[in-house]
Amino acid sequence: MANERMLMKGNEALAEAAVRAGCKCYFGYPITPQTEIAAYMSKRMPKCGGVFLQAESEIAAINMVYGAAATGVRAMTSSSSPGVSLKSEGISYAAGCDLPCVIVNVQRAGPGLGGIQPAQNDYYLATRAAGHGDFFLIVYAPSSVQEMADYVVKAFDMADKYRMPAMILTDGVLGQMMEPVVFSDPSDSTVNKDWAATGHKNERKHNIINSLYLQPEELEKSNIARYKKYDIVKAELPEAESYLTEDADIIVTGYGASARIVRSAVNAARAEGIKAGMIRPITLWPFPAEAYAKTVDTCKAYLCVELSMGQMIDDVKLATSCRRPVRFFGRTGGVIHTPAEILEQIRTIAKEELK
Amino acid sequence: MAIYQKPHALEDVSMHFCPGCTHGIVHRLVCEVIDEMGIEGDTIGICPVGCSVVSYDYFGCDMIEAAHGRAPAVATGVKRSRPDKFVFTYQGDGDLAAIGTCETVHAATRGENITIIFINNTIYGMTGGQMAPTTLPGQVTQTTPFGRDPKVAGYPVRICEMLSTLTGTAYAERVAVDSPAHINAAKKAIRKGFEVQKNEQGFSIIEVLSTCPTNWGMTPLESMERLRTEMIPYYPLGVYKDITAEK
Amino acid sequence: MTSEIALAGFGGQGILFAGKVLAYCGMLADREVSWLPCYGPEMRGGTCNCSVCLSDDPIGSPVVNDPDILIAMNEPSFVKFIDKVKAGGYAFIDSTLVDSECTRTDIKVFKVPATKLAADNDLQGGANIILIGKLIKETGIISMDGIEATIRKMVPAKKAQLIENNMRAIRLGYEYAE
Repeated sequence: MANERMLMKGNEALAEAAVRAGCKCYFGYPITPQTEIAAYMSKRMPKCGGVFLQAESEIAAINMVYGAAATGVRAMTSSSSPGVSLKSEGISYAAGCDLPCVIVNVQRAGPGLGGIQPAQNDYYLATRAAGHGDFFLIVYAPSSVQEMADYVVKAFDMADKYRMPAMILTDGVLGQMMEPVVFSDPSDSTVNKDWAATGHKNERKHNIINSLYLQPEELEKSNIARYKKYDIVKAELPEAESYLTEDADIIVTGYGASARIVRSAVNAARAEGIKAGMIRPITLWPFPAEAYAKTVDTCKAYLCVELSMGQMIDDVKLATSCRRPVRFFGRTGGVIHTPAEILEQIRTIAKEELK
Repeated sequence: MAIYQKPHALEDVSMHFCPGCTHGIVHRLVCEVIDEMGIEGDTIGICPVGCSVVSYDYFGCDMIEAAHGRAPAVATGVKRSRPDKFVFTYQGDGDLAAIGTCETVHAATRGENITIIFINNTIYGMTGGQMAPTTLPGQVTQTTPFGRDPKVAGYPVRICEMLSTLTGTAYAERVAVDSPAHINAAKKAIRKGFEVQKNEQGFSIIEVLSTCPTNWGMTPLESMERLRTEMIPYYPLGVYKDITAEK
Repeated sequence: MTSEIALAGFGGQGILFAGKVLAYCGMLADREVSWLPCYGPEMRGGTCNCSVCLSDDPIGSPVVNDPDILIAMNEPSFVKFIDKVKAGGYAFIDSTLVDSECTRTDIKVFKVPATKLAADNDLQGGANIILIGKLIKETGIISMDGIEATIRKMVPAKKAQLIENNMRAIRLGYEYAE
């Protein structure tokens, strides 16, 4: 069934792709709208010699991932916004120990218990403050069921390559929706993990997985070294899709589910003769600033569209060096914007910013 | 022929523990058991947050440092991904019985095939002597300056008794390290825990009543005396669960 | 061409399944498709709906706000969605469960007593598929061959009786004349 188109939910496609990527351990906890991932893994993992375990809490789940990742296997957990807050402690520890692992956040509306409908209100959490301390995660934002599958594979590969945790930042729309998906052949990771705690067999000095440095100078050295690695990641990893941007007067930008709706609105604007385009970041960290920077000379205004009160817009302003107006349109609380609403925003900008 | 030497599984480094602290004894017992079973190369240990936070430098096997209280969850991840390895956690009372109660109870009830070495010294050591979940009624600590008042601060928790009620717990024993006889018994219990794990019989916990002269404000000898006269009456020694004996 | 379809009714009427049938059928015809359910407490017996898009181009928003085609299987769904149907669009209504009359003249409305037809023909739970039969007949967005292939794919071979029942339901709807 390798190349057959299959109709699957985003959550399930992601889970299947993770298994094919060699994920050996999945630890989860039920929370809407990501529970399908856990349910899928509970059926699939026992059939392929993998581990599925429903943890007692989100905190336990991420720490189980931490333990499994420390032994060098590919491990994953998934949750939705409130659960990811709970995981932030373990994510910070994994980052501090340079452990590759994958965390999936199928975002729902917050703050607090919020609601169960789709949202994109954890952009800051994913890209700025996934836990305490100085660190970053690789953050991928798929925009289709196919990308849910493709980018979880990439997340595992890049996490291993750079020895750092990676997050899939998605939302209830992509998790719950079905689309056709084609799975690629199982990947065969051959990354050498000689740092892992696997039992030293009396053949080497003991390996220690640790983020504790009681000497400030040592911790500083460790943090600086990690940021040097981040510089490499920033140079190598940014990924974005640019759509009709070359002659665009107005560039609308959004990620994940928002980007799909933005694309519809951009097409509608073009049909009316407004030169609109779209930039869709695929990596949220590192942010694909270059994709924006190269449009600043020709583009007259930007519109950032999110299912939030405005979080990614900060990065858009930085990427465009604030040289052009960057407007914001967002819905929050689980309300999903319509192409018509975004088109109306584009029309307004055309009127006000394009003389 | 050497009649007494450092266990191989114990790294040849100086420890940071305070004078009179019993952590060193328990470290040694664990390492003697690892040596005697010949499993150092196949053992992965998990450190807690607390006084034994840097014990990854002392145990010679592969080691992982866990977040406060999460050691049983980390150990679960390790054991599930490497079921052929021996996995133990080494945790204090604040780590295991307060912030990590949830992880501890659920690892036990799952029958997770790991061994927990649980140090009960009735106080938070590393942070400077605050009330622990195991602090005795009336005991003065930095956060119970007038003595622990159960009306305000509740009662001390008896971990072995609690965990022994769970089906998944295979072996639970409380020991002490205040005398040569007790130390020998403690080592036997630790060995038993590792044997239970070897035989894939499930969750084992060895609770070790220990001393903290520094934060108790006592000499080492006075501390041993307090362990005997105050702790053991509240925390009786003995085997609380042993499925290998139930037949 | 793009068809945006909204299906709505009570939980338990097979609304989500009917939507999946349409999406699956579109996929087998090599089209772009999406299926998006309502999720959460609504699934447990309250109103339930899903959005299906069938298109020859990549699908933008999978959320159907203004459907080209509506399948309404109860009164609240009818009330909620009937005014949102695009002019020139279609509405397929289970008239066993919807009493209200449609006053719109700019859309084509087909009333099928699907629940009663299902009960009369020993096809309990098949009202959703009966309405799809009618949809095929009137809109032509999917073919009879396509739907049969879809049902054969979606229903496990072990449950041959279910395949036959679903096809009977499709034909009942397809052949129903008001």
